[in-house]
Amino acid sequence: MKLLVTMKRVEDYESKIKVKPDNSWIVTDGVNYRANPFDEIAVEEALRLRDANMPSEVVVVSIGPAAAAAEIRSGLAMGADRGILVKHDAFVDSDGVARLLKAIVDQEKPDLVLMGKQAVDVDDNVAGQLLAEYLGWGQATFASKKESLESPEEKAKKPGVRIAPDKKSAQVAREVDGGLEVLEVQLPAIITVDLRLNVPRYASLPNIMKAKKKPIAEMTPAQLRVDVAPKVKVVKVEPPPQRAAGVKVPDVQTLVQKLHSEAKVI
Amino acid sequence: MATILVVAEQAGGHLKKASLSALTAAQQLAHKTGGQIAGALIGAGAGQAAQELASYGVPVHVVEDKGYEHALAETHSAAAAELAKKVGASEVVMAATAYGKDVAPRIAAKLGAGLASDVLGIVSGNQFRRAMWAGNALATVEVTTPVKVITVRATEFAAAQKAQAAGAVTPQQIPAPQPKTKFLEFNEVKSARPELTEARVVVSGGRGTKGDFKPIEQLADALHAAVGASRAVVDAGWQPNDLQVGQTGKVVAPQLYIAAGISGAIQHLAGMKGSKTIVAINKDAEAPIFQVADYGLVADLFKALPEMTDAVKKLG
Repeated sequence: MKLLVTMKRVEDYESKIKVKPDNSWIVTDGVNYRANPFDEIAVEEALRLRDANMPSEVVVVSIGPAAAAAEIRSGLAMGADRGILVKHDAFVDSDGVARLLKAIVDQEKPDLVLMGKQAVDVDDNVAGQLLAEYLGWGQATFASKKESLESPEEKAKKPGVRIAPDKKSAQVAREVDGGLEVLEVQLPAIITVDLRLNVPRYASLPNIMKAKKKPIAEMTPAQLRVDVAPKVKVVKVEPPPQRAAGVKVPDVQTLVQKLHSEAKVI
Repeated sequence: MATILVVAEQAGGHLKKASLSALTAAQQLAHKTGGQIAGALIGAGAGQAAQELASYGVPVHVVEDKGYEHALAETHSAAAAELAKKVGASEVVMAATAYGKDVAPRIAAKLGAGLASDVLGIVSGNQFRRAMWAGNALATVEVTTPVKVITVRATEFAAAQKAQAAGAVTPQQIPAPQPKTKFLEFNEVKSARPELTEARVVVSGGRGTKGDFKPIEQLADALHAAVGASRAVVDAGWQPNDLQVGQTGKVVAPQLYIAAGISGAIQHLAGMKGSKTIVAINKDAEAPIFQVADYGLVADLFKALPEMTDAVKKLG
């Protein structure tokens, strides 16, 4: 099987996010970057599926500046086989991402595309579903599993996505409102992953060394013949309204009294 | 005149409350564009739910053929896109629920529309406000395409008001495409407590509970509240997934949010910062949760919560 996984370079969620004075974007100087945590879960799932369905290949793709090669390398260090970097410095909206990924899928012809359900910078949760529609494929969004992250299945690093023995379909448990829904999706398909699908592995030092020798192919949107002019433009970025500082109360009685007569919420 | 199509959501013939927030967002949009509103309901039970949606004064189109029985993104997006073309929709609005997030992008792709997701506010006919970076920034985005699709965060829009005259309900025949996905089963997480995203009061527990949610649940029941949890709690398997409050879980905005034993990581704050009144109870006086709390109590939750439960019961 061939598994294609996305890996977006995003601001580290531990970094302090500040808005630029001209409200055009956030301040990027001094901000740490890392791989989108949802995409790391997608890579982990792809590696588990590869190891359970040998022989298979895991290809990591990223769209972003030259520096995004670092995030591809982190996927390769986790164990992926090779990388593709679509180099583009400016903002690409989710529609542009989906159309670039479609061009990559047309070239690579994977059996399955695994993506984070959203990137934690723009928090859009849209690109995977768009890609599925553009390809005319089935989708299983918000992939999760019935077993908890403390379960023996997770400890044994079993995939949560179940590929059928004939490799023509996959069963996916999805996190939806009010419970878990299980779908069977024909392959090739798009799966977007949620938090509770797995715990991604750390890259070992030998694997980090090995990853340096793994190939990363570079291309541009122009080479892929994709126009990335956004359908959705970001026109202004502002800081969120600050909550007024609250008060500390000395004991439970005071708290309940204030909630009752001051805030009037109980 | 341009039409705004609200693709509503239902389960077993019951309209989801979030759809009434989507209707409010559509009404606000109609004020900016001068458009008229129509509703759509798809799937088994859609006809029954359509009567309810119509009572809010909008005409509702119903697609109820067998091929749409389960809420599959492939089939439901096809029906919604066909309806959008049929009514000449310039905007399609959905609530940003699991269903809306699953279906709306495929509608947008079919219509060649730009999609503004998880919208918090309508700025103009083509500009919308939404959160980015876990709510650490608010962006105004502009959708540049003639047809626009938006999903709206239900907690940011009040439910629509019933109208005196109900709209007409019109069944529509749209052949269902053969999907590449098949519904197998749904494992419902049942609870006697109110739905987390719809509750007036939410009591949430974090790592400080050490997995013992009894004090949380007892206070929640005394307050007729929903129970929530931090990511750490859910990851540890102490509580089910769908109780997680945060950027990566449910976004809630109740009248009262009580965070017990929750430190207040950015991801968690992004899911509850919109609450009207926030109470933090934590042993650690330096916990970041206190920076967003209206009322902070530095205390052991295992002592404070039972005491609070008793005090609440005395209030009647």
